[in-house]
Formats: sequence, structure tokens, C-alpha cells
Amino acid sequence: MAGVLVLAEVEDGRVQSSSLELLAAARKLADALGEEVGAALLGGDGGGLADSAIAHGADRVYVVDDPLLAGTQIDAHLAAYQHVADEASPSVVLIGRTQNGRDIGPRLAFRLGVGVAQDCVNLDVDADTGRVVATRPVYGGNALAKVTFPGDGPQVAVVRGKVFEPLEADSSRSGEVVNLQPGLDGSVVKARLVDTVQSESEGVRLEDATVVVSGGRGLGGPEPFEQIEELAKLFGGAMGASRAACDAGWLDHSYQVGLTGKTITPDLYITVAISGASQHLAGCSGSKFIVAINRDAEANIFKEASFGVVGDWKNVLPAFTETVRELLES
Amino acid sequence: MAVNILVCVKQVVDPETPASAFRIDSATKKVVPAAGIPPVVNGFCENAVEAALQIKDAQGGSVTVLSMGSGFVMDVMKKPLSMGADEMILIDDEAALDLDAFGTAYALSEAIRDAGEFDLILCGRQASDWDNAHVPLGIAELLGLPCITLAQKVEVAENGLLVHRALSDGYEVFESPLPAVVTVSNELGEPRYPTLRGIMAASRKRPVTKTIGDLGLDESRLGARLQTLDLYIPVSESEVEIIEGEDEAEAGRNLALRLREEKII
Repeated sequence: MAGVLVLAEVEDGRVQSSSLELLAAARKLADALGEEVGAALLGGDGGGLADSAIAHGADRVYVVDDPLLAGTQIDAHLAAYQHVADEASPSVVLIGRTQNGRDIGPRLAFRLGVGVAQDCVNLDVDADTGRVVATRPVYGGNALAKVTFPGDGPQVAVVRGKVFEPLEADSSRSGEVVNLQPGLDGSVVKARLVDTVQSESEGVRLEDATVVVSGGRGLGGPEPFEQIEELAKLFGGAMGASRAACDAGWLDHSYQVGLTGKTITPDLYITVAISGASQHLAGCSGSKFIVAINRDAEANIFKEASFGVVGDWKNVLPAFTETVRELLES
Repeated sequence: MAVNILVCVKQVVDPETPASAFRIDSATKKVVPAAGIPPVVNGFCENAVEAALQIKDAQGGSVTVLSMGSGFVMDVMKKPLSMGADEMILIDDEAALDLDAFGTAYALSEAIRDAGEFDLILCGRQASDWDNAHVPLGIAELLGLPCITLAQKVEVAENGLLVHRALSDGYEVFESPLPAVVTVSNELGEPRYPTLRGIMAASRKRPVTKTIGDLGLDESRLGARLQTLDLYIPVSESEVEIIEGEDEAEAGRNLALRLREEKII
């Protein structure tokens, strides 16, 4: 049993950036363990996907081809990854905490009868035991836990996005490609995805915005979000909201920033009337600068913010927005 | 079609506990509940109870609540009954606190097998203490059932289950045969408040109480697969600079000017 196996995900004909980040994490662990990095690619090797994985750190790529992988059924993907894990018998398995990865990682671990560390923000190897030590936020980000895997068998880690930087692509790297045809039985798909409904979104995606302005419970209702949106638009950025504001029905949940909403990593994050519950901070802690406007000087958000104003947003925000407008136009 | 539903719920430390009252016992690597702040039923578990009650209201059937833990506060744990659930099973055992996600899922899946035949098993998407979101997936795998997570809508029809799974921009539509395990997200909507009648009815109900020993588990499968080495409160490195002014409006203006000075805008 050896090797660090990345369960790569493919989107729009490319290896997802989150999977490239995992290859960098896997490289770090494999080098510490003196093992190699494997990558599982599902749905065949269209468009040089295996080469891309190798250039980003993989030593061996398992390309799985199966008619059942033509759709995007989680159950089929899980079965295919399980086939690769059986084939490769890795010591470590990494998967991204993506929409499907967060389900596939734990389900695979339960099938293999091994432990799984969820939402990891750091991964190391204990020099004495040779086992992986994972760091993960718990209690909504109020605490950090370091966990390890005392048993035998693969150590499965579900890794948070944007924690590791992908390696620079190096086309001179070489690696082996292993083609697998598991011949999956259609009965593995129990819950069937039949449709995907995208909500209409206009403007910049929250996850991609370099400036995000969010409002919280303290705004008191849906109307003040017009002012939040106005400020966001000035920056060419996106509007967000706390879970409390979304649960109150003031904004759709697609605006929600936090542990159970979107994870954002803007250069500038402006929060207005947000107290900074740890579950919110879990979604924005990757921001370069956090700026907070809140009337409560004791609010948790000021512990994370770089700059802040203690005051009523009704007085602070219009003057702030107006000055920003002047500065940006000058 | 009447639907028999089992809902797994968990008693957790109140996630609204202020950060200043949040304490960790580093020797036991456990969170010390703040004095005077009672535990709560995990919020997403309440969403799951709500989803179950909506199905029962529309189609009839029964809602059984299952929880495993120790130090249950009955006023707290009876909330799902007050909301309208029919029965409650509590696995009350100190040993529960030392089980990892695998052991917990194994014990709960055996408790579900014991409890009878169910068409649907609902859970919260994750618990607000360890935020693992593992146990429901484990229950599904150990029972060999279909599994759909992050539901914002759950409907049961004669030929199976329809679930809308929340995406960050929209939702996915899943169909599945029954029985199945579904985890429910807050997008489903606010859980109902208990009515006075519900509270009275709940006060007369006695939960069925068991211990882990009653479940007849295979001890060899309970070994820890995950071990906590350390649990600690992260130290915030940032020091906030509070911008002031003659009045609040001027503070707002000064904030913008300061950000320009730092070339942030």
C-alpha cells in the first residue's frame, strides 16, 4: 500500500483548478513519504488531461473509461473512484471539498472501512508515525482540530479549496498512464441526477469577484441591500449576504457567504452590519483585506477585520460610498 | 401514500455561544459547554424534522426521531416531538461521545435496523459542532441505501423520491427509489415553531431509551479510524484599525480615504 492518490475532477474538458491544488498537496505529502503521486481521471483522456495532471505533479495517471461515466452521476463516479482505489491501493486519498467531492470522499472511506478527515486546511506527515496529520476547522471555525489516522488502510482527506497553490505546469515532467475499464454495472447508480437548474445570475460571480460587499442581519430588511449592491457595483464587484439575512428571506441563498454558503477570496471584503459569526468567517477568511462597518464594537467581525468603523451603517455607509465614488472617479 | 420517516437529530453546543464564552479543555480535547447556555438541537436537524413533517402533513404516515449522545437535556431534545414528530428513540450512552464518525454511523445504522421499516431516513446536512457531514453518508453506505445530500425540497411519490439538491447557483433534481437517506439544508426553509398543543402532546410522550450495548454491535468494527491529536482556538493575527471621525458620516469618509492611502482601493 503506497502512493498518494488524487481523485481529480474534470469540468468543461479541463482538470478542475481544485484538483490541480490537490496535486500540489499530494506532491508535498508524497515527497515526505517517499511515495509517488497518482491521479484518477474519469471519462477518458480527451484533450490531454493526463498530460496536464502529469505536468502539475502526478507520476501516474489512472484514466478510467466507462459508458456509465458519460453523465455526471455521483454514484457512478464513486464506483469508478473506488475501482481506482482498489487498483492503486494508495496510502493516502485526496479529494476536493467540491459539490460532489464532499460526498464522494466520505462515502468512499465508508466503503473502504477507513477514516476520513473533512474540510482540511492543512496536511502534513508525522515524521515518527508516517501517518497524515490533517488540520480542520470545527465548531463553525471557532476551533481548529488536528486529526490523524490510527488505523491501517488508506487515509482519506477532503480538502478545502484555495488552500494549496497549484504547481507551475512543467511539461518536461514524465509519468505513466494506466488505462482502466472497470465495466461498471448500471445498478451502481441508485440516486439519479435528472436535471440541473441554474438560477439566473447577473454580473460578477461571488467566488470570482475581487471586491465583495456583504450585508447582514443588522440591515433590518431587504431594502438596504440596494445600497450594498450600489457599493459593490462601484467596485465592479459582487454583493453577498450573511446566512441570517438569507434565512430571513431578504436575499436568495445564492448570495450567502459562509461555511454553508459560498467561500470567497476577494482582495477586499466589506461587511456591513454583519456580526461575524464564525460560520460566516469560515467563508471569507481567505479575503486579503476585511473592512467592517458595525455598530457593536465588541462584534466578532472586528477580530478578523483590518479596518473598521464602529457606527450605525445608516450614517456610515452613504458617506463611505460617496467618498469611494469620488476617489474612483478622480 | 403514507410515508414512514425516521429523522436523525443531534444535541449540540449552541452555535450562537459568543466567542468569548467558547472554551476548550485541552486535556480531554473537548469543548466545555458555556455555563448557563443550554445545548440546542442542531439547526440542520430541525430542517430535517421540518421536511419530514411537511411530508407527513401532506400524505400521512409517521415521523420517528432518533438521537445518540449523552447528557441529553430533555426540554431541548423534546423539541422535534413538540413540532409534531410521533416518537423518539434515544441512545443515551457516555461511550457515544468517544465514537468517531464511522462508529457513530455504524451504531445509528444498527439502531435504525432495530427500530423498524422506514421509507425515508432524513438527517441534517451537517452538525454545527464538528461540521463533518459524514454520519448520514455512512448510514447510507452501511445500510446500502441511495444517498442524496443538501436537499432544499423533498417529495415522496408512489414510484420513489424527488429531491432538489442545493447548488451555489441553483439546484440539481434527483430521483431515487425508496428507502433512501437524504440530508436536508437550511434552504428548505425555517423549521416550524412548536405549538402549545404540540408542547402538551410532547410532554406526555416518553422516549424509548437504549444504550449502545443494546444494539448488539460488532466490537471489532468500533475501533477509532480517526484520532484527535489537538483541539485549540486559533489566534487571530490581524489587529483591526478603527477609523474615527467627528461623527459617523465622517468616519465613513475617513475609512474610504484610509483605504485609498493603503492603495486598497
